[in-house]
Amino acid sequence: MIIYGTAILAACHLLGVYIGDLLGMLIGVKANVGGVGISMMLLIAARTYLHKKGIMPATTLAGVGFWSAMYIPIVIAMASQQNVVAALKGGPVAVVGAILTVVLTVCVIAMINRSGPEDAGATWQASLAADRV
Amino acid sequence: MDMLKQAIMQNNLVAAFAFVGLIIWVSGHLSRRLTNGRVHSSAIAIVIGLILAYWGGVETGGTKGLADIKLFAGIGLMGGAMLRDFAIIATAFDVQVEEVKKAGLIGMLSLMLGIVLPFVVGASVAYAFGYRDAVSMATIGAGAMTYIVGPVTGAAIGASSDVIALSIGVGLIKAILVMVFTPVTARFMRLDNPRSAMVFGGMAGTTSGVAAGLAATDPRLVPYGALTATFYTGLGCLMGPSVLFLATRALFG
Repeated sequence: MIIYGTAILAACHLLGVYIGDLLGMLIGVKANVGGVGISMMLLIAARTYLHKKGIMPATTLAGVGFWSAMYIPIVIAMASQQNVVAALKGGPVAVVGAILTVVLTVCVIAMINRSGPEDAGATWQASLAADRV
Repeated sequence: MDMLKQAIMQNNLVAAFAFVGLIIWVSGHLSRRLTNGRVHSSAIAIVIGLILAYWGGVETGGTKGLADIKLFAGIGLMGGAMLRDFAIIATAFDVQVEEVKKAGLIGMLSLMLGIVLPFVVGASVAYAFGYRDAVSMATIGAGAMTYIVGPVTGAAIGASSDVIALSIGVGLIKAILVMVFTPVTARFMRLDNPRSAMVFGGMAGTTSGVAAGLAATDPRLVPYGALTATFYTGLGCLMGPSVLFLATRALFG
């Protein structure tokens, strides 16, 4: 049943966000701490468990796969409802602050990633191809 | 015509599916015809979305871009935090656990660096533009993390409302820049494997920026980036009003 996949996804989502809220409360911040990330780990755990038990039919997979595939359209809808006007109204402080932050962030990411193995990209592509066979 | 409008407004989420499909179709054509496929169609679609958001904001004076226009209200639901998080979590289904384990440490390191670095840059820019009290500097610095950390920090340490608005502005522009320029700088950042995506998520932090940026670079990297980015805002809200504000105050009174 396709709904099983979607239901498992929903359960992981709710539980993860709940734990994230609890975590936020525990360390005293008014924000969710890692809710989505915790949900993701729960989903990975659920997948591994069900796969081992051998109770993960293709239709169940499709119930998660559909939402995973809807990700890009949803992100485009998200972009369409950003408060772009307010962002641009921030004036030079906001623009300069943001540009400098992003430039520096990009450079530091490039630096950290250059410290990793040279052929990491190729290795990953190869492992993906191997999975598909 | 009125009946068509009525039908769209009564089924606004369905209308949003159709509308976003149309944007993606147009983007696909633009990508192939104008750029020979070199610019990813998702990147074009995201830019179109941002332009529409600007238009919606000007047209209505609201805060939710295109979603404030009645005909497009469904965009608000489709692109809202609920479905966005639902879809991000769903992408985790394809995660290779080994890759996450391998990059766990460097991911956490970049998370810490990604919180401190924007704060310092934001606070310095604030100082340069004449905001020289610790509260304003810390609030604008926090805004340079994400547009959520800024106002949370500002409210906690008692910043004025115009400074808080400014901190939201910094965060919003950062998110937009990350959305647009991630695919452009992906090669430079070596953004081509799970480890680098986790570093990217931790450093860039902004969920919307990371989500859209990776989608337009390589959708298979999305879950890895999202995994670290999801801890960013919470950690930022923890460190902004506490350690980072106290450090700013110690340095600048």
